[in-house]
Amino acid sequence: MSDIPQDLKFAESHEWVREEGGGLVTVGISDHAQEALGDLVYVEVPDVGAAVTVGDACAVVESVKAASDVYSPVDGEVVAVNEALADAPELINSEPYGEGWIMQVRLADANALDDLLDAEGYANAIADE
Amino acid sequence: MFAQHEAAGAKFVDFAGWDMPIHYGSQLEEHHAVRQGAGMFDVSHMTPVDVRGDGATAWLRHLLANDVAKLKTPGKALYSCMLTEQGTVIDDLICYRMRDDWYRIVVNAGTTAKDVAWMQQQAPAGVSVEPRHELCILAVQGPEAVAKAAPLLGEAGAAAAALKPFNAAAAGDWFVGRTGYTGEDGFEIIGPAQAIQILWDGLLQAGVRPCGLGARDTLRLEAGMNLYGQDMDETVTPLASGLSWTVSFDDAERDFIGRAALQAQRDAGDLPRFVGVLLEGRGVLRAHMAVQTAHGEGELTSGGFSPTMARSIGLARIPAGDADTMDVIIRGKPVPARIVNPPFVRLGKVRVPGLDATT
Repeated sequence: MSDIPQDLKFAESHEWVREEGGGLVTVGISDHAQEALGDLVYVEVPDVGAAVTVGDACAVVESVKAASDVYSPVDGEVVAVNEALADAPELINSEPYGEGWIMQVRLADANALDDLLDAEGYANAIADE
Repeated sequence: MFAQHEAAGAKFVDFAGWDMPIHYGSQLEEHHAVRQGAGMFDVSHMTPVDVRGDGATAWLRHLLANDVAKLKTPGKALYSCMLTEQGTVIDDLICYRMRDDWYRIVVNAGTTAKDVAWMQQQAPAGVSVEPRHELCILAVQGPEAVAKAAPLLGEAGAAAAALKPFNAAAAGDWFVGRTGYTGEDGFEIIGPAQAIQILWDGLLQAGVRPCGLGARDTLRLEAGMNLYGQDMDETVTPLASGLSWTVSFDDAERDFIGRAALQAQRDAGDLPRFVGVLLEGRGVLRAHMAVQTAHGEGELTSGGFSPTMARSIGLARIPAGDADTMDVIIRGKPVPARIVNPPFVRLGKVRVPGLDATT
């Protein structure tokens, strides 16, 4: 069983969102997603300052098997990216909810998270796959 | 063997109609196990095909692009393509000469049905072509593979341990070839399902790591070995696929299927190049990406991540010319890459100039 922290919100496309307060969120991909992808060998993060839109590809994660787009779960502006992933993409495998985070976004609309799944909703979504 | 793979933690994918283990937890660790120790692959989806009869040698010299007359001693193996009359590749295979009237050929999984149909259609009276679907194949590969596997092979053990590379021996239930698809030493072992299952458990206890199709692909790519259906198929010739070395024109009298077409292609000149690619910029090469050279456009036929070099590598078909660099188009952007001669890695050592001192 994959790990699904209770305090996070999720998109059906397997990204997670953590509220950091002050309209800031941190975004990464779920434990379920990293496990399905296998060993990650390359991550392309967005540029700081880039605008991201819900459902649009904003990053690429590549495993030994294949490349997968990461879709932004929120609208807003990228204010920080995880530079460590350039040399250590495997952080997403080992700590998908910690050191393997991908980007921080300043939300365009603080209420936008209401459309995302809670932990239980995400658990149900991946159980149906 | 499904239960044994499941017990070893396998994740499965469908491959040519077979449920195949793609990895058992970490493809990267499996890859390193084969380069540094020993790993095993259940490749029972591939099919041994026995060719028997007094006319076997003469017929195989006609059927295959490489010349089985090179196989002077019993047990010697040959890598060859089987071609259409147009010179394009029906399949690539390993052919072992066991006796003058018995050859064993191992063909790919996805091509077995068409291969056997083609062979049976071509075979003259007195030569039989028999697919051995009931046999399983286990590849045990890596610098420690021979030492760990030979003691478990019973009456075939001593002969197996004494095999030279690209030779095979048969004894009792076992058919053992010192061959592989990884660029490392090791065996490919053919036997009845039950015997292979017992061997698997013994190898597991000896510390041989189960490896999936994923590691098999990164290992063969580092070794610069072609994958049928990706690097070549029925639309291209071996001369356009880096496999000229497997086509034997030496005996001018030998009329093998596809010879006339290949000679015409060779005489016409302007053959595409088939090259190794080392990505210099950031990203991961993947099959079917477009490439730009000074002499025109080409395509990656294979691409991936090299765990041994921690770099991305690939194989590409490009226009003739003396280019030594190219741009690979990754998500719409050109990324610089270097043209290198495969193999990238062989017997645990990086063979790419400039990178070979790093390991």
